Amino acid sequence: MNDFIRFLGEPIAQRSLWACAVVGFSNGFVSALVVLRRSSLQIGTISCALLPGIALAILFFGLMQLSILIGAVIAGLIVGLGSLFISRTGRADHDTALSILHTTAFALGYIILIRLGLQQKVDDWLFGNIMSMGDADLWIAWGTGALAVLSITVLYRPLLIYLFDMRAAASMGIPTRAFSYGIFTLIILVLVSSLQAVGAFLTLGLMVAPAATMYQLTDRASLMFWGGGLIGAGGSILAFFLSYPLGWHLGATIIVVLGCIFLLAWLFSPKFGLLRHRG
Amino acid sequence: MVDEHEHICWGGGHHHHGGHTLSAHQLCARYGDVTALSSISFSASCGHTLALIGPNGAGKSTLLNLLAGLIQPSSGTILWNDAPLYNARQEIAYMPQRTEVDWRFPITVRELVEMGRYPATGIWKSLRRHDHEIVDRALASLELQDLQKRQIGALSGGQQQRAFLARALAQEAHILLLDEPFTGLDVPGTESLARLLRALAEEGRLVIASHHDLSTASRIFDLSMLLNRSAIAFGATADVLTEENLFTAFGKRHITISV
Repeated sequence: MNDFIRFLGEPIAQRSLWACAVVGFSNGFVSALVVLRRSSLQIGTISCALLPGIALAILFFGLMQLSILIGAVIAGLIVGLGSLFISRTGRADHDTALSILHTTAFALGYIILIRLGLQQKVDDWLFGNIMSMGDADLWIAWGTGALAVLSITVLYRPLLIYLFDMRAAASMGIPTRAFSYGIFTLIILVLVSSLQAVGAFLTLGLMVAPAATMYQLTDRASLMFWGGGLIGAGGSILAFFLSYPLGWHLGATIIVVLGCIFLLAWLFSPKFGLLRHRG
Repeated sequence: MVDEHEHICWGGGHHHHGGHTLSAHQLCARYGDVTALSSISFSASCGHTLALIGPNGAGKSTLLNLLAGLIQPSSGTILWNDAPLYNARQEIAYMPQRTEVDWRFPITVRELVEMGRYPATGIWKSLRRHDHEIVDRALASLELQDLQKRQIGALSGGQQQRAFLARALAQEAHILLLDEPFTGLDVPGTESLARLLRALAEEGRLVIASHHDLSTASRIFDLSMLLNRSAIAFGATADVLTEENLFTAFGKRHITISV
């Protein structure tokens, strides 16, 4: 226990704790978009598709935060829009095209990372390593989170109409295409900024579970955003305090904790839970 | 019925001559190389209910989408009171098909109706007392006050349809565009929605709906347009739905129409 308290005094521990809070909150906040749009599987494929972009960025520009970010956004766009293009021009449907493109991209990224001699790093990209987040990474996470909260709060009313009823939104003059691209870009930014924390595999859990938990508890869309943020941050901080004494991998612990919170809500939600009192 | 030359137009609340008129001239729509609709021309003024009738793939949805501004015509114009309709978006309220709505979406009936105020307030202004009063009136006129705090999925089919109509009322739009509103309704549900649509028209709105049930069309809509890629007939429903026209549109002897 004394070990743990001594560890908490170290800058690296404090930075990790901040990272848990910030990454957890921004992912949880944005997860409402993913849950309300019912696009969690697409986000899952895109988060894996970021890997080759990151690998190529490292190949050409070295390990730099900005180039990694740009590489990831480009890879996400190529897979996301490419699958749409393939499904529109060929016989395969969108899900099929997306499945093939994202596994191909993922495999390619893996090969490149191994060829670059980054074997040890591969685990970090797949499952995350919060301890490796530096001050610059933390600032980027802050900035992305602030951008997400600010843009969603300012555009909340048209955004909700867009999420609920895209055709009515378009008929009201809401620029639905711009919203689609904006949401896509925002999600990729948040994904990339949290990639170091939980990795390409696990990031899907952080980007879906918080709002999905709130959806078990409330019928108010706004609570899914803010409640999702709080659950994401709270769950991640709880995981931080669990992982050290238990000796568990922090990124994986975050996902396990959020998964457990979701299951608790599914079972015990007073309004919609499986075990609620039926009057 | 509505007096063609002088009616009290709901919303504006003033008398005027001739009413508001929606007119389309030589509308065409293309998806890539495929021509979905060609040379559609018609004109209808508020106070009427207009059915868009035709077989599957005839372009009913395309025409609704054109009017709603969801797609651009490849040629032709749509005018509302002699000005381009696209400059008057607040005049159009669109109601989606019931199967296209995500009924588990976490919003209440009131929040759904409040969405209708968005075109009036825009991004930067929040709802004022005036807007809340309009929402209250819309809820009241469709008898949804007691249900306003319910999540939309917890309503019956007819109530769900009324909730979307209430959103259209809150929008204070003159033109109501409805995508297959009668699909999936039982006989009493059809009757009450038909009454509602006629009442909305009589208050000075123009109700336009795609419709597939030939046997009910003449009881619900006073105007009809028969479509199959282009307009086959347009006018009073009884005049449009003749054996001959239906044969042209559907290409086969169709069930006789009970009135």
